[in-house]
Amino acid sequence: MSRLAQPEVVRVSRDQLSEAIAAQLARGFRLALVAAHEDGTAGSNASFRIVHVLLGTAGERVEVVVEIPRADAWLPTLAGISYPAGRFEREMRDLYGIVPRAHPQPYRLVRHGHWPTSFHPMLSDADPNPDFGSHAGFPFAEVTGKGVYEIPVGPVHAGLIEPGHFRFSVVGETIVRMYQRLYFVHRGVEKLFEGRQLADGIALAERISGDTAVGHSLAYVMAVEDALGIGVPERDQLTRALLLECERLYNHINDIGAIVNDAGFGVVNQHTGRLRETLLRHNARLTGHRLLRGAIRIGGADLVAAPDLDLLASVAAEAAELAKIATDHPMVANRLNTTAVLPPERARSLGVLGYVARASGMAVDARADQPFVDLGEGFRIVTAGAGDVWSRFDVRVGEIAVAAGLVADLSARIAALDATAPLTPSDGVGAGLGVVEAWRGTLVHRVEVGPGGVLTRVKVVDPSFHTWPGLGIALADTIVPDFPLANKSFNSSYAGNDL
Amino acid sequence: MTIDSVVVIVIQLVLAVAVTPVLIGVMRTTRARLEGRVGGGIGQPWRDLRKLLAKEPTRAPGSTPVLTVAPILLMTSSLLLCALIPLASTLALASIPGDLFVVVSVLLLGTVALALLGLESGTAFGGMGSSRHMVIAALVEPTVLLSIYALSVPAGTSALAAIVQTRRAEPASLLNPVSLLAIVALVVVVIAETGRLPVDNPSTHLELTMIHEAMILESGGRDLGWLELGSWLRLTALLGLVANLALPWGIGQDASPLTLGVGIVAITVKVLVLGSVLAAAEVFIAKLRLFRVPELLAGSFVLAFLSVSASYLVF
Repeated sequence: MSRLAQPEVVRVSRDQLSEAIAAQLARGFRLALVAAHEDGTAGSNASFRIVHVLLGTAGERVEVVVEIPRADAWLPTLAGISYPAGRFEREMRDLYGIVPRAHPQPYRLVRHGHWPTSFHPMLSDADPNPDFGSHAGFPFAEVTGKGVYEIPVGPVHAGLIEPGHFRFSVVGETIVRMYQRLYFVHRGVEKLFEGRQLADGIALAERISGDTAVGHSLAYVMAVEDALGIGVPERDQLTRALLLECERLYNHINDIGAIVNDAGFGVVNQHTGRLRETLLRHNARLTGHRLLRGAIRIGGADLVAAPDLDLLASVAAEAAELAKIATDHPMVANRLNTTAVLPPERARSLGVLGYVARASGMAVDARADQPFVDLGEGFRIVTAGAGDVWSRFDVRVGEIAVAAGLVADLSARIAALDATAPLTPSDGVGAGLGVVEAWRGTLVHRVEVGPGGVLTRVKVVDPSFHTWPGLGIALADTIVPDFPLANKSFNSSYAGNDL
Repeated sequence: MTIDSVVVIVIQLVLAVAVTPVLIGVMRTTRARLEGRVGGGIGQPWRDLRKLLAKEPTRAPGSTPVLTVAPILLMTSSLLLCALIPLASTLALASIPGDLFVVVSVLLLGTVALALLGLESGTAFGGMGSSRHMVIAALVEPTVLLSIYALSVPAGTSALAAIVQTRRAEPASLLNPVSLLAIVALVVVVIAETGRLPVDNPSTHLELTMIHEAMILESGGRDLGWLELGSWLRLTALLGLVANLALPWGIGQDASPLTLGVGIVAITVKVLVLGSVLAAAEVFIAKLRLFRVPELLAGSFVLAFLSVSASYLVF
């Protein structure tokens, strides 16, 4: 299996940026990643290079690159033509200090209230220990009117979940507006990548979001291979696809139980919990790690043992039965149906990904759009049209069945091929892109490798970055007690988003 | 006679406090086993309670004495409830007003104490819990009143003890439509009043869906211990009332050791069995969307109303 197509690189000046991006968006491409890079040593000749990655639906990749001097670091905002661009710009402003001019939402995104305003942690000369203030205010747009009250929730929650702050403006029990404040688990992952050896990056990528170990490590490894021109044998490509589906299986099964549990139907959750544990133990036999860590390496992927197909088939069948029990229950069905609708047109304009997009009728899936291996007849994109909690539940149920089928297909194809000798990573410098359909959606890593096999920049875009804004839209006219249900049906990652 | 009444009241109180943690333990274990879990064991609620009551309460700065008084008020009202409702014997209650209206008022006292406590904490969750709690209380209390009232018509008195005695004397009346409608209505409101599924989920950790849990979210230590015990005692008292109205056998009618002993065993078994049935039923139901709870409660009110109307036709 050879490398994927080289991206089409478009170099533009600051003035041409909007037109260039608009032209690519007009081709039906979506903005998947925006990464800033600091070139040259800090001083008069230092500059920023901003790479906009756009992905098509037939494997096309376009990079729109713009260079700006560090001393005059601003960009014309793209928020008017692409919502995700507006969020990438806010992220870049907080981390690099590149100002988006005339941005409609000139608020901070990553930066917390206690960070000094001049502190941009991704800069090479950023103070490693700045003077953090003690007061971390966060003004929210207040909804005023008769009977409107606010409910602040989090960042510490009553359950064992990740930290995020939600502020609801509510009339009676109906949500008027929901604001979310994330980035409480910002660990500086992208900065941690810098200066690491290529092979050491895998362990870090696996830990970006614990439940997406395969997705992140695979995207990272594929980006490195793309940068250095390393070919991967077909057997290893198939193994990687199999690992991705194994990860999808245990997470989706966990989610269907968790969604139904939030409707108060705990018995299904107990059984999906049991199935998840069965799968985790199977993962441990497959790769030596319950979360499938350690199986993917640069240039290949290894399994310790062949998958137990009977076990996986029985788990998938049980999951389907549990899903049917849940949706056949009139009280559960009533809770899921028409709850927290994300209308298809809003889903498209926000650029949400994964099962959230597919539940709103968008057939976006990197396994079809940006494939690294032919998945064969067993693969199909599961979509639903209503965009409510039920649709997101149904998409997951459909994907469990597809994933179980794919594991069986892939396992047979792997068994038919002979193992090839592992490749030693070649030296060199370059930039590469890794695009993977992880269980939450399309995951993109862009890696730049410097001399000596050292990572100079890794940009990670978890699908949650694109999907989080959808939650606020879906909550309009939803009642407060249905929020946990809506949130669980999105199940966006905090760690993957906050980095 | 007075001494006998005091003995019966003391026995009922001790019995209620002793049985309640077991009842909660049995209910949780039933649910856990039916869901395929091991569960914390029948003794766990008692261990939790002992732990909480030994702990110093933490109260927010600027909080008023409501935080201290509300748990005591809830506890008092629950204990009064256990004293007034004929659990082990119908005897004691002749000399003090074990009247239907008194019982409902005492029940409401605890409800209001909880709601005030929720508001006192000053957080959005407490206020939200209190507002939901009061909405449900407003729909529940009339139904409690009405359904027991329907049963009081044949007895010709609103004293609970007398109602239970009359029903025990005429077992045939247990199966007539008036009685059945009233019991069904009562069961529904008892479920709502005690915060069980499908109205409230006692095992949730999701702040935004809570009703009862939201109000006690800010309490800790001893305060929380009393609140938990007080809420559980309400469950025991109300289940005991339903059990004795639906199946009045075994309840003692005087203070002789034998009948009292039988009464104690009978009510313990009845409450535990009823609790297990309730817990088992909870496995098969989900939580209603909040705005559909009033529909359920309105339905139970209609049943109670029909029952009252019918009682004048039948008797």
